Amino acid sequence: MSKSRVIVVRHTRVSDKSGRVDSNVLSSMLSAGILKLTQEKDTSDGLSHFFNPTDHIGMKTNCLSGKNSSTHPELAYAISSMLGKSGVKNKNIFIWDRSNRELKEAGFKINTSGDGPRCFGTDSYGVGYAEKLYTYKNIGSLFSRIFIDFTDTQINLPVLKDHTLAGITCGMKNLFGIIHNPNKYHSNNCDPYVADLSSMPLVKNKIKLIICDCIGVQYNAGPSFHPQWWEKYDGILMGTDQVAVDFVGYTILDQIRAKSGLPPLKKIGEEPKYIFTAADVEHNLGNVDLKNIDLVELKLD
Amino acid sequence: MFRLSRREFLKSSALAGATSLLPFGSILNLSQEALASERDENLSWVEAKYYDKLQNREIQCQLCPRECRVGDRERGYCGVRENRDGIYYTLVYSKVCSANVDPIEKKPFFHFLPGTEAFSIATAGCNLNCKFCQNWEISQVRPEQINSFNLPPEKTAQYAMDTGSKSIAYTYTEPMVFYEYMLDCAKAGKARNIRNVVVSAGYIKKEPLIELCKYVDAIKIDFKGFTEKYYQDICHAELKPVMETLIELKKIGIWYEMVYLMLPTLNDDPKDIKSMCDWMVRNLGVDVPIHFTRFYPMYLLKNLPTTPVSSLERAKEIADEAGMKFVYIGNVPGHKAESTYCPKCKNKLIDRTGYRINEMNLKDGKCKFCNEVIPGVWR
Repeated sequence: MSKSRVIVVRHTRVSDKSGRVDSNVLSSMLSAGILKLTQEKDTSDGLSHFFNPTDHIGMKTNCLSGKNSSTHPELAYAISSMLGKSGVKNKNIFIWDRSNRELKEAGFKINTSGDGPRCFGTDSYGVGYAEKLYTYKNIGSLFSRIFIDFTDTQINLPVLKDHTLAGITCGMKNLFGIIHNPNKYHSNNCDPYVADLSSMPLVKNKIKLIICDCIGVQYNAGPSFHPQWWEKYDGILMGTDQVAVDFVGYTILDQIRAKSGLPPLKKIGEEPKYIFTAADVEHNLGNVDLKNIDLVELKLD
Repeated sequence: MFRLSRREFLKSSALAGATSLLPFGSILNLSQEALASERDENLSWVEAKYYDKLQNREIQCQLCPRECRVGDRERGYCGVRENRDGIYYTLVYSKVCSANVDPIEKKPFFHFLPGTEAFSIATAGCNLNCKFCQNWEISQVRPEQINSFNLPPEKTAQYAMDTGSKSIAYTYTEPMVFYEYMLDCAKAGKARNIRNVVVSAGYIKKEPLIELCKYVDAIKIDFKGFTEKYYQDICHAELKPVMETLIELKKIGIWYEMVYLMLPTLNDDPKDIKSMCDWMVRNLGVDVPIHFTRFYPMYLLKNLPTTPVSSLERAKEIADEAGMKFVYIGNVPGHKAESTYCPKCKNKLIDRTGYRINEMNLKDGKCKFCNEVIPGVWR
């Protein structure tokens, strides 16, 4: 397997002490990340590696844990703006998650028809899940019609958090929100279910880019918000290799834990096993060895 | 479920944005807010029973052997119980997705109030994930993914009376996951002399089972297989807790029957059937009715054929030889083993075709021919 490039971009002023995000700073981080990832000189040229102007592009957020611990709306809208500049129409951009309630609690505004990118949940009237039951390895699920019918390609837009069952939640675990029955796949620390779902051809072929929100990181007792274990990390993490991105997210989380005096996840039996399963011979989804990951860290200030 | 194409959805959203709110049901006239409506407004948020609070707003459910550890804003395996800020809620209290009046024989109960009807209800959810589930479209979904209506316990009992049903049946999905609602319905039913019957996989812990049995009158247990491997691979569960449930039911003394759904090549090995029957005879006695039931391809096992009738008949032979007295064959309408026979004089006691009773030869719970006491609840 060839090397996988993963970019970590940080800027101390992307958010202030109250948690407010500076969209201009965030946009500059995104541009820097895309340019480094694609080695292009122009953001639109960089995005053209993944998307065509006529694509219907979904952005799967993670809004499970409310405003303090979910994908920032500013990130989604900044990406939408970049896509817009590269020729993608707003009405063909779908910011989404499972439910309208979760999107709203995370600070998103539901928009099914107005100006700007679309934003709504799978539970919207007339949307729901596709009728066909898809099976792959241990997965047997219905998929959100936003994923199957409404969009051609996807940007996975997770948030990096500790997860007491899975170990961490990053890109691959965020995909649990595209199926109707994720609650059936949490035993054995969500392994191999997360790996099975992520490596499903229907899924992996649609996920073109992962941009993980690490502006704040819940590094213990996640996935819900606990302020005493939340760190202002001021970063975004991006790549195209699902496994490599999750693995780098895992190392970042463990580094923050170490800085706070907490043991590494492996030591307390909470290693995210699914990441290694996704990289095994059977799943072959990506790189989990730092020797095969071209990790580029950009500090913009 | 009602679905719109991407184009229809966006077009209807655009049109709806320009109109005022009109009665629900007309796509093009719904407001934007209604189009993006939240199905989870229909969730119940009633505090659950049987859970422990842990650190960091986590809980551990104690209703079923899974003992799910559930973080804040997450759900248990069943999908119908959610943790919010360290309180565990049932989301399906009074939220019925299926309701019907069924013959009691459909459950199947063959030794419980034969010929009567059961007002049968279910909510979404299940704490197993059996690959052969015939009701997966309501059992393997979250409550906000299907339509449901509000049916409080008092109304449930009233509907049972109004429909002339002699019992309320908690069925179709897995009633243990709507435990709190089932319990309250059973209490309401009992107060009106309506019996209560439960159709379940038996995947429940001892304490809630004992409490439940104070209010219900009969339980039918789906005994999926007799190996741990089968339970793990096909049902995503364990065998041992179900065996413990059966032993507990015997101890409690409540009426119960069992169904063994036979899947070709997966749980039809005669050696396993014999082991199961021997275990049943030793631990449960010879009087518990067992229904060897035919499988029809469904859900995640559409690749398997329908169970050959000969396999069911072979299983019945094994059970008969082990000494079990009431062995039936299910889902084969017209088969002679649908009927009940006196274990002593071998005369036909109850002649059945499918769910229909053609003839009854019982008097006061005894064989009309030889006066043998026939176990069951006949009145």
